[in-house]
Amino acid sequence: MNALVNFTGLLKKTGIFKFHGGVHPPENKAQSTQLPIGHLSLPAKIVLPLRQHVGNIPKIKVAVGDKVLKGQLIAEAEGMVSAAIHATTSGTISAIADAIIPHPSGLPDHCITITPDGKDAWITRQPTDWRNTDRKNLVASLRLSGIVGLGGATFPTQVKLRADGRSGVHTLIINAAECEPYITCDDMLMRERAGEIIKGIAIAQYLLGAENVIVGIEDNKPEAAAAMQAAVTSAMQVKIVPTLYPSGDARRLVHLVLGTEIPHDKRSTEVGLQVFNVATVLALYRYFELGEPSIVRIVSMTGNVQTPQNFEVLFGTPLTHLVAAAGGAKPQTTHYIMGGPMMGFDLPTDDVPITKAANCIIAASPNLFAPPPAPMPCIRCARCADACPVNLQPQDLYWFAKADNFEKARDYKLFDCIECGACSYVCPSNIPLVQYYRYAKSEIIAIDKAHEAADIARERNDFRIARVEREKQERAAKHAERAQNAKTAPALDTNSHAGAGDASVTDDAAKAAKQAAIAAAIERAKAAKAAAAASGGAPKNVAETSKEVQAEIAEIDARRKNAAIGQNHSSAGLEANNHAAPSDAALTTPVADAEKQAKIAAAIARAKAAKATAEAAKKKD
Amino acid sequence: MNRSPYISEAPSVGNLMLKVLLALVPGIIAYVWVFGGGVLVTIALATATALAAEAAMLKIRKRPIQPFLLDFSAVVTAWLLALSLPPLAPWWVVVVGTLFAIVIAKQLYGGLGYNPFNPAMIGYAVLLISFPAIMTKWPAALELAQYKLSFADQLHYIFGGLLPDQVKIDAVTSATPLDYLKTQLTLKHKVANIKEAPLFGALGGKGGEYVTMAYLLGGIYLWQQKIITWHLPTAFLGALALIASVFWLVNPAHFASPLFHLFSGASMLATFFIITDPVSGPTTSKGKLYFAAGIAIITYLIRVYGGYPDGVAFAVIFMNICVPLIDAHTQPRVFGHQK
Repeated sequence: MNALVNFTGLLKKTGIFKFHGGVHPPENKAQSTQLPIGHLSLPAKIVLPLRQHVGNIPKIKVAVGDKVLKGQLIAEAEGMVSAAIHATTSGTISAIADAIIPHPSGLPDHCITITPDGKDAWITRQPTDWRNTDRKNLVASLRLSGIVGLGGATFPTQVKLRADGRSGVHTLIINAAECEPYITCDDMLMRERAGEIIKGIAIAQYLLGAENVIVGIEDNKPEAAAAMQAAVTSAMQVKIVPTLYPSGDARRLVHLVLGTEIPHDKRSTEVGLQVFNVATVLALYRYFELGEPSIVRIVSMTGNVQTPQNFEVLFGTPLTHLVAAAGGAKPQTTHYIMGGPMMGFDLPTDDVPITKAANCIIAASPNLFAPPPAPMPCIRCARCADACPVNLQPQDLYWFAKADNFEKARDYKLFDCIECGACSYVCPSNIPLVQYYRYAKSEIIAIDKAHEAADIARERNDFRIARVEREKQERAAKHAERAQNAKTAPALDTNSHAGAGDASVTDDAAKAAKQAAIAAAIERAKAAKAAAAASGGAPKNVAETSKEVQAEIAEIDARRKNAAIGQNHSSAGLEANNHAAPSDAALTTPVADAEKQAKIAAAIARAKAAKATAEAAKKKD
Repeated sequence: MNRSPYISEAPSVGNLMLKVLLALVPGIIAYVWVFGGGVLVTIALATATALAAEAAMLKIRKRPIQPFLLDFSAVVTAWLLALSLPPLAPWWVVVVGTLFAIVIAKQLYGGLGYNPFNPAMIGYAVLLISFPAIMTKWPAALELAQYKLSFADQLHYIFGGLLPDQVKIDAVTSATPLDYLKTQLTLKHKVANIKEAPLFGALGGKGGEYVTMAYLLGGIYLWQQKIITWHLPTAFLGALALIASVFWLVNPAHFASPLFHLFSGASMLATFFIITDPVSGPTTSKGKLYFAAGIAIITYLIRVYGGYPDGVAFAVIFMNICVPLIDAHTQPRVFGHQK
């Protein structure tokens, strides 16, 4: 019977392109749609975490003790991807300190605390005549709006609109699928404020220069769909998509309404599409038409509370204040979950503020969410693969993640996983699959970073080696030049080198010795360079080094012989004396011979170096 | 901490296995009706052996015993093996086969989820190779037997190997239809003539065909319960029908009809209960098609050209070996990727 109803329903939904897999958990949405969107009294304090969005932490613009007005900028966007934070009511900055934020880590982070003065006094709100303003200026002004994706991704909106006026986006898709169980904030928003949403859509459409607008709504929200249908202009289209989690995932929704698969390595804008959540476009409307920055959102307060309901909540409102507004938690409430039951997370404590990401808070109890049974081994039933909306093979990814076989996990497209939890939802072995994928992803990212760091270090080292070598050669060349100058202009040389304590170097023998040493050094440097080139720049091996050492020994021998003749006149001679006993033959060898010997030594060094190079080249082959 | 999703719709592994057992019940009832109650003894014996062996191995391997006994996977293995054995197989044959299936083919490979081969088929293959005479001695369907063994007689035979006085073994056993067909074909008889023997029913073997139809019923239940998908049964039956049709059309005198192959031997049991073992089978949809078609073709070739009357066990084991290969080469296109 059900199948029949679904079938006829599908017939009506023409132009819907189903994605692979998906699951249909119990919706549990009726509980929180019984009452209209409620409003809260002003809380006793407002705690605004600086990190409420994806990207850089904004820069604090206030100090403790400052008086602020509602809507006043208190932290400004820093860097490309960042979002501003505004005071959500008037009052005094009472603290700028770390506090627990609603994040899976449960760690404290920078927060600005405001003690409200109760007046809730606004800044001067300045609407923008957006229809007659340049798009570039409008997008630039969004940096001051604090608007981020309110569907839960919290990506700064100005980045998604940051275009040069020629975005190439032809179709704007409004994500109103709201596919996760329990969450009804978008549903209620559409029921009650469809007109404002449509105005927001018009602004987004104008900013993007998009010709088409498609609003995608799941078929379990007929009231919202009707309200939107009644409010849309002729240029917009409302498409009803079947209720199937995760249809609200942007890429899945694009496929549902257009049949377009956004390539895995491309952004939606690269194929001319952009996706905004309904609450985000409403925030755009409020910013441009009312002059109100992003300070409020609708939150579904549901689960184990007395009267589940949606509320319009100022950012920074303590969770306890919201719970109290819903009649308080029923007995057996163990803790609170932020987000839906498929992708949400446990809040570390109930002493956390509501942030831009908080679309839903569920009071959890063992009755609602039974603790999962102990996991069993995977039996490869592939139910997960049947449920995966990305058409991955979760059972293989699990196997690879468990075995730390990260390369394989990457090959099997781990990074295409959207962590929707559909696989875990259908797993008969109760394996926490998504946690394995998160683990593998973070490990791979860490490994990649380490590799990158190692690459940079290696590159740096290669540069250093090259620089040292270059400097050595430059020094040798300089020495050679100097020696040449000394030879051609001995008088000048004497004068010019006097300061260097080399005044005594007038002796031909000493000069010859120096030249020989220089020649040997140049040969050595050349040989080293050739060897390095031959071995492909790899670190020099022991065999090569020994050849060099041999060349050096020959060179030292030559120097020593010359120095012996030059007696104590040169530093080379001193060095030779320090190092070894003079060779007996050298004592009686004439100057010309000394010069000859030095040349021979240099030639031997050259030959040895050439041999070393040849060997290195052979080794390389 | 992020431990979402908080909800699950999945039946437990134990629940899945219980449904598989439930799906086997119609087949067992038909079995008892056709061959007598002896099979119940075999099933009970195999179940007790499997549970004891599983518990002992879990204890030796220092694994929790209760959750793994309550997943009922050992019971499924026991029942599948028991239903594959000749119903009057001696008790020790049942015990040896079950022990081999559980201890060696399953637990020594790591237990539930880690066995590369179908444990029941390993147990069956070991018995078939070790004790071919016993394994091919099938009792005649009661309506065909010269002497109808009572339940007590069957008990006596299973545990003591003793038949009632004056009753010869030939009076209670007969060749299986597949076996008979094979032997007669080697004697140059034509299929049409061979099938006139009382052994044959409308589709498969007389009596046996009711059991296979009951398995089909159980299989449809498993599909309806989403415990199995359409891929494996469709590919197996389709490929078996196809290859049998080709041979039959070429030479109907020498090759049995596709319907006969579909309703004879272990075809239906294999289709819905044996090749559908998830652990030792492929996981991709396309891979399932190749896997099942491969089993069907090998089964057919063994039946027609091989040394054994039926070939399901060997075909399954062979295709189990190919599973990693099949899985690796049948990865579906991931959303947003080119093939």
